[in-house]
Amino acid sequence: MRGIGKFISSKWLVVYAVAYMLFLYAPVILLPLFAFNDATIVAFPLSGFTTKWFDLLWTTDALHGAVRNSAFVALSTATISTLLGACAARSAANYSFPGQKGVMGFIMLPLVLPEIIVAVALLVMLMQLGMSLSLWTVIAGHVLICTPFSIAILSSAFAGMESSLEEASLDLGETRWGTFRRVTLPLIMPGVISSLLITFTISLDEFIISFFLTGTDVTLPVYIWSQLRFPSKLPSVMALGTILLAVSVALLIVAEVFRRRATRRQGMDAGSTQGLV
Amino acid sequence: MPRLSQESRQGLTLLSPTLAYALVMLAAPLAMVVMFSFWTQDYLDLDKTFTLANYREAWTQPIFQVLMWRSLKISLIVTTTTVILAFPIAYYLSFHVRSRKALWLFLITVPFWTSYLLRVFLWKVILGYNGVLNSALMNLGIIDEPLTFILYNANAVVLTLAHAWAPFAILPIFIALEKIDRSLLEAAEDLGDGPLRRFWRITLPLAMPGVVAATLIVLIPTVGDYITPKLVGGTDGLMVANMIQIQFGKANNAPLGAALAVSSMIVVATISIGIYFAGKKFGGKVK
Amino acid sequence: MADAAPIIEIKDVTKSFGSVTALKGVNANIREGEFFSLLGPSGCGKTTLLRLIAGFEQVTGGTIVIGGKPMKDIPANQRPTNMVFQSYAIFPHLNVAENVGYGLVRKKMGKAAMTKEVDEALAMVDLGGYGERKAHELSGGQRQRVALARALVMRPKVILLDEPLSALDKKLRDQMQHELRSLQKSLGITFILVTHDQEEALIMSDRIAVIFDGTIAQLATPEELYRRPATRKVASFIGVMNFLDASATGGGDTPYQLTIPALGKVNIDAAQAPAGLSAADITVVGVRPEMFTILDEDTGSFEHEVQGTVTSTDYYGDMTYYTVALPGASDPVTISMRNTAGRAVARDGAKVTVGWGADSIVLLE
Repeated sequence: MRGIGKFISSKWLVVYAVAYMLFLYAPVILLPLFAFNDATIVAFPLSGFTTKWFDLLWTTDALHGAVRNSAFVALSTATISTLLGACAARSAANYSFPGQKGVMGFIMLPLVLPEIIVAVALLVMLMQLGMSLSLWTVIAGHVLICTPFSIAILSSAFAGMESSLEEASLDLGETRWGTFRRVTLPLIMPGVISSLLITFTISLDEFIISFFLTGTDVTLPVYIWSQLRFPSKLPSVMALGTILLAVSVALLIVAEVFRRRATRRQGMDAGSTQGLV
Repeated sequence: MPRLSQESRQGLTLLSPTLAYALVMLAAPLAMVVMFSFWTQDYLDLDKTFTLANYREAWTQPIFQVLMWRSLKISLIVTTTTVILAFPIAYYLSFHVRSRKALWLFLITVPFWTSYLLRVFLWKVILGYNGVLNSALMNLGIIDEPLTFILYNANAVVLTLAHAWAPFAILPIFIALEKIDRSLLEAAEDLGDGPLRRFWRITLPLAMPGVVAATLIVLIPTVGDYITPKLVGGTDGLMVANMIQIQFGKANNAPLGAALAVSSMIVVATISIGIYFAGKKFGGKVK
Repeated sequence: MADAAPIIEIKDVTKSFGSVTALKGVNANIREGEFFSLLGPSGCGKTTLLRLIAGFEQVTGGTIVIGGKPMKDIPANQRPTNMVFQSYAIFPHLNVAENVGYGLVRKKMGKAAMTKEVDEALAMVDLGGYGERKAHELSGGQRQRVALARALVMRPKVILLDEPLSALDKKLRDQMQHELRSLQKSLGITFILVTHDQEEALIMSDRIAVIFDGTIAQLATPEELYRRPATRKVASFIGVMNFLDASATGGGDTPYQLTIPALGKVNIDAAQAPAGLSAADITVVGVRPEMFTILDEDTGSFEHEVQGTVTSTDYYGDMTYYTVALPGASDPVTISMRNTAGRAVARDGAKVTVGWGADSIVLLE
């Protein structure tokens, strides 16, 4: 394998990989560039360094409301979907029953369903039931699309835990609840935290469902959408985006650290890539 | 004694909260959309008599036909482009990166965590008349006046979507490649296959499940994408999701919107099943 | 030993998983203080039986009585048994001392008493001073010792061992077999070992239950099992056995009169046969390879002798295994000889005289 194949393709693959990464990062690099650019027009050439767009954010009340709403939605979504995800992941990892594959496939469906379909379907149902739109309807939609991610993360946490560990605990006289508290929970904790962080981040960024299901209280992405129409607001949107990116990346790094700790705790190869997807 | 074993019952009990949620919040709404699509909007009221009129309209009106075709065409181009661009990266990660795989994967997913809205918007900044690309090319003297064919059309939509869905294509292919037992490749080489033949006869067929997964994961959501066509597509780049939104919003014709949504789901599902079996056949035949 | 009270009574135990029957009516009494092995090929139901005793599975039919108490509806955490798992199941988030003390926490003893118990248990398995180590810092053999200490510290009536040595390399396995055996003897606790390794079962056990297809094929001491296997299946599972065609008359109170085409005619005492064996049912008899002797000038004459031709030899250093064709036999027999001082190894094609005794003939059901 290290012979002819490598000789032919390795060099070109590296060049390709670097070019591809540039393509992936092109828009992301622009974000902070324009956030600190001293001009109201988002275009090159850059005209100078400023932090005034960030300062502007502190004084925009509508934005603060949107941040509070998004934080509330994301926190609720993360908690609920991680709880639902834990039940399903545990069931999938340790039990089998007829039709399990189909049922799990159905629960994971929102992962591949176009978001607009999910949004439209929920909207239709809420309209029919005569319920008014609020942050709770947004949360309901977000939980639906976040639960599959939570299941994927927690499934690998449960699957990585040897089933004989819980049996050993029972064998040593511990009760079911005691076993959960002293063995299961500590071992899946990193997975739980990683699930909370990822679902929080997804909810924070989600636009379409929020756009359809939000009432008078808007979430952050809906607020940003409304700002994109006004060219004068663009630089401060860039500043806001930069902050969001920084927060998301920080959360992801923490999630990744916990995921690795989980695999290490379970005595597996920490560098392994399982559970990332 | 019921037919289910004790283990089955415990498993189902544990799953029941999640399943109940999915039934109430997903199955019921989807069923309702289907029901809606057979009704008629009568100003503010709904006429609940069964009718196929919405489907007739959705399938025969030229505007909807054009949008559906365009959505499919764009999605297929996006999917093909994304998967073809992603394969070498996944291959590079799996076969040539040794110790830093997790870091590479992490770096690939980072751009994906920027707000989707902002990412699409930033492509508008890059591709615009006075955008990053045009100013760079003009400064370098490669072009004299800004290129206009790169924004507000289908090309822009394809490029933006290919970017947005890149990690979703790379990860499944990478996982499939990781699962390939390396001794199989050595065996193929030992049996006289050169690198190209070996790739064609061993690597690609075994990576097929990942390629199929990547194709479906990208294809299905892109058909229903809303933001990208709206922001960078211009009028030539609008897709079916935008029309669905219009029907539910401004046009106030939810039943027609529902019929459009159901129709596009059926079309996408049919194509997905076709791709799934085609992939299975290719992966199975050569194996 | 034979009179010791049964600590575990297994009565007509059956176990099904859906449509698969793992155990079909198992009966056995396990005596207090004995080292009892469940031996059989993988999938025979031996691990299922162990898990039924531990309480991880519930019987489909029959009863299990431990210490005079029926175990129906008594969960694993209330049974007087402790298990050493095949994977050892060392809690990865706890250190060695916390692992060993895991079950003691429930017993609400003082901290000092607990530390003392843990230290004693660790000393017992030669892991004194390892308390602070993390699970992932331990070798396979050390993990095994921690698992054992964790079970011992609970002072159970019975310790259950599920293939505890299968993950260790040969040398360590030999050493641990010896250590486990002497620990069991000195503590006097009943050990039940599940293993697929017949040699391991023979070395360690007081008694062995051989399990095939969910039933006990034979329950006996190691020596009985080796010398007098009850069935052809048991005979070929434990050690090497030559099977020779045979027919018989007599039996009951009189000796069996055997005609063995390969060896000739011989009378066998009825006590040597499995109980109730009818002469008409005898179609085959067994002879262990070491029960044959290839005669040379130093060996005296034998009760019975037969001529043969060596067709191949396998030299093992301390032993040589010969394949010898006997005129009346359909298949050649295997004969093992110790390579003692001055003994020449016979070559292929050599004509040899093979000696054997009536007591080496094994009658099979």
